[in-house]
Amino acid sequence: MIKNLPLMPDQASSFAAQSDLIYWALTLLTVAFTLIVFAALAFLAIRYRRGSKADRSRPLHGSHLLELGWTFPPLVLGLLMFVWSAKLFSTMYGRAPEGSEQIYVIGKQWMWHLQHMNGIRENNELHIPVGKPVKLTMISQDVIHSFFIPAFRIKRDVVPGVYTSIWFEPTRAGKYHLFCAEYCGTQHSEMGGWIYVEEPAEYQKWLASGGRRTADTQPLATTMEAKGLQLYEQQGCGNCHDADGLSRGPSLAGLFGTTVKLKNGATAVADEAYIRKSILEPNDQIADKYQQRMPSYKGQITEEQILDLMAYIRSIGPRPSASTTATPVSSATSGTRVHTATAGKPNPNLTASNAAPSRGN
Amino acid sequence: MSYQTTKDTPFPAKQTFPAPKNTYLNAASTVKSWLLTGDHKRIAILYLISVSFFFALGGLAASIIRLELTSPKGHFLEHETYNKMFSAHGIFMVFLFLIPSIPAVLGNFLVPLMIGAKDLAFPRLNLISWYLYTTAGGLILLGMMRGGVDTGWTFYTPYSSMYSNTNVSLMIVGIFIAGFSSIATGINFIVTIHTMRAPGMTWFRLPLFIWAQYATSVIIVLGTPVVAITLMLVVVERALGIGIFSPELGGDPVLFQHLFWFYSHPAVYIMILPSMGVTSEIISCFSRKRIFGYSFIAFSTLAIAVLGFLVWGHHMFVTSQSMYSSMVFSIISFLVAVPSAIKVFNWTATIYKGSVELSAPMMYALGFIGLFTIGGLTGLYLASIATDVHLTDTYFVVAHFHYVMVGGALSGFLGGIHFWWPKITGKLYDEGWAKLAAGLTFIGFNLTFFPQFMVGFLGMPRRYHFYPEEFQAYHVLSSAGASVLALGLIIPGIYLTASLIAGKQAPDNPWMAVGLEWMTTSPPPTLNFDATPIVTWEAYDYTPNDPEEARHAVINPALLEIHTGVDPLGDGMAGGLE
Repeated sequence: MIKNLPLMPDQASSFAAQSDLIYWALTLLTVAFTLIVFAALAFLAIRYRRGSKADRSRPLHGSHLLELGWTFPPLVLGLLMFVWSAKLFSTMYGRAPEGSEQIYVIGKQWMWHLQHMNGIRENNELHIPVGKPVKLTMISQDVIHSFFIPAFRIKRDVVPGVYTSIWFEPTRAGKYHLFCAEYCGTQHSEMGGWIYVEEPAEYQKWLASGGRRTADTQPLATTMEAKGLQLYEQQGCGNCHDADGLSRGPSLAGLFGTTVKLKNGATAVADEAYIRKSILEPNDQIADKYQQRMPSYKGQITEEQILDLMAYIRSIGPRPSASTTATPVSSATSGTRVHTATAGKPNPNLTASNAAPSRGN
Repeated sequence: MSYQTTKDTPFPAKQTFPAPKNTYLNAASTVKSWLLTGDHKRIAILYLISVSFFFALGGLAASIIRLELTSPKGHFLEHETYNKMFSAHGIFMVFLFLIPSIPAVLGNFLVPLMIGAKDLAFPRLNLISWYLYTTAGGLILLGMMRGGVDTGWTFYTPYSSMYSNTNVSLMIVGIFIAGFSSIATGINFIVTIHTMRAPGMTWFRLPLFIWAQYATSVIIVLGTPVVAITLMLVVVERALGIGIFSPELGGDPVLFQHLFWFYSHPAVYIMILPSMGVTSEIISCFSRKRIFGYSFIAFSTLAIAVLGFLVWGHHMFVTSQSMYSSMVFSIISFLVAVPSAIKVFNWTATIYKGSVELSAPMMYALGFIGLFTIGGLTGLYLASIATDVHLTDTYFVVAHFHYVMVGGALSGFLGGIHFWWPKITGKLYDEGWAKLAAGLTFIGFNLTFFPQFMVGFLGMPRRYHFYPEEFQAYHVLSSAGASVLALGLIIPGIYLTASLIAGKQAPDNPWMAVGLEWMTTSPPPTLNFDATPIVTWEAYDYTPNDPEEARHAVINPALLEIHTGVDPLGDGMAGGLE
């Protein structure tokens, strides 16, 4: 029976123990206050029951001292809990540590689509190594979902139209539930899966097999940036955006993470949200010194393709981004190079892995 | 005017009382006299019947959900039907029961009586509000019969506006109209409390029930228009394709949540504040003692109403809301706990040196304090951002808000119904059955919802039809508790109804209470009082020292003077303005 009534979920991330500490501290407060109130009610109700001989002389109808006495302790305790909790929260939802493993997540009715930078794609499953921080960048293709791993004590909504992100560091190998926590329609309760946290060696083996544990002979995955470049070529983005092109549009080399000056005088950081918006709604943020020529790609490319393009643009960014350097295995296993590309032309090696590119149209 | 009482029964047992000649119930008996009445007491009865009806429907949906969840893969429902079932449960309970229950039933009946007025300020508006409510209820029922909705009561976009193929628009129009019914009631209460208090009934002589109704009305009037418009915008997006919330149309889906919770969080206080008012009345009466810290309870009521408008973002910590906004919402959410704590401690202190009688209403009131304490404290886990990240959208949240809304609001409603039943109907119910029901409700409630805290912490998400097997034991416990709770809620339906047919005539003041409402007949005449009362005493003028004497001497001398037509203030202002 005890086995059927577990008291706590697994603690499998670096946040779990800290979050639980706050949970149990709040539980202590809750039990203490509840006991005080219940005991006082019971004691007073019995002692002053009708007909009892208790002393009722000089009844009290109010007392400023007492009011202050029971106003301030809850206030102070509440503020302390706020500070403690907010501190942990700012780590949870703050910037992921340098060198985090970057994973892209797309939520759709009713499945999770997870993509590793080296191109391995998983559905409703995620393999990650123990002891290494993982950063998730997430977007929904339809309604709002929520990415929830109870054993890690993390959750974040996956919203259409905006990227949300979260990071965590798995601390214990095992198999843990992945749930969708935001109601998303008919099969909401089945939109879940498993997180496999593996020992580094196991994980390498998994990667080496291209994410397919049994079929080593299957073709290896194409990295996200390679797919991004392919798309960049197919769509003829370079006609305007290549560094050596006609300069009808700003060069994308070295763009990612920099601050961009806009035509309307404002500035914007060229982050994931900026790039996504520039592709889908190019009218909204025109870079300084350029004319608006670009058509909207809304409805023409999928969220997945945007993420691929993003990976490519990131790979030709000014500094080696945390995510690309964080997938060393890809160079060993998938046949494509890891791009710590310096600003300038796209790395030609990128095209090696797949179909022959046709530059321009 | 003194009553013979025996020590053990709350009612003057062996004595029979003649029914009063002219009451609001026997003033006229045609259907038309009910359906076109302007009498706040008759409208309260109309509301009582209609909210009970929708409560029963909501309860039925809850029973089906609990039955279905005893198995990890369900028993007899499709996913879609299950989703429609919890949506129906939420919509019936929140919009058609919890929000109108105490204000529209007890508030309607009691606000004029408690302040010594003949009626509410706008009797026709009051009647219209009931017709709006029934129209809303009718539309929502129609929507349910045409297949229901699967969006949950929260109607989150873009699911509700772009993806759901169910009767979203019809439901929303229903809820929109229900909102106007609330607004009409709210305005009526605000105006009545401001302008129609009897001479001598100063603000700080008002019963705390009135303060609670006042604060609730302010929230209703300020908040309801926001949610009404927000929901209409969902209909606009659905029907006309005008982009407001859907990113596909250039909208912002999280904007909906901001607007929705801007009302719906304060709405929680619309549900709980009136129950707090009821509790203040009952605790004071059955302790024979003035309420402890009257002004602290009154001002904490207003503080909750104000702060309640500033915490909506705590429903959205895990959305795309900025981290810094979340922190601001978190700290204000911790602050709102303080006035709630103040109330709980003041109620507890009221009993000190009182003379406590554990009648059925008192059991409900004590149950309210206990359950609200747990409900409020577990809210801290959710105000605390880091733990909220784990707990939000799990059964922990479900348990938390049921402790507040069912444990709190429903206990308050039932306590109030029992306390004022003799006044409303002129009949006495069976005290033994009532105590049994109060006990069963408390125990059944805890059995149902406590396991949900545990399973929520384990990670069981809410609104799940299928769930992993390791959560089953908790669901079975919860469902078992729900059957006890259901029993505790069905029994009052039976003995209260029975009292209407076979109950003994209630005396004017069976509890020896001191509020103005007890100083008229049971049931009261159409215009409430024979003469306008003049208030010369403070609220809760109870004396605990000699309970027996208190029972006999409770009728205030001032009132006797009113009855004999003497002006107790001697300033010739009897019946005039304050």
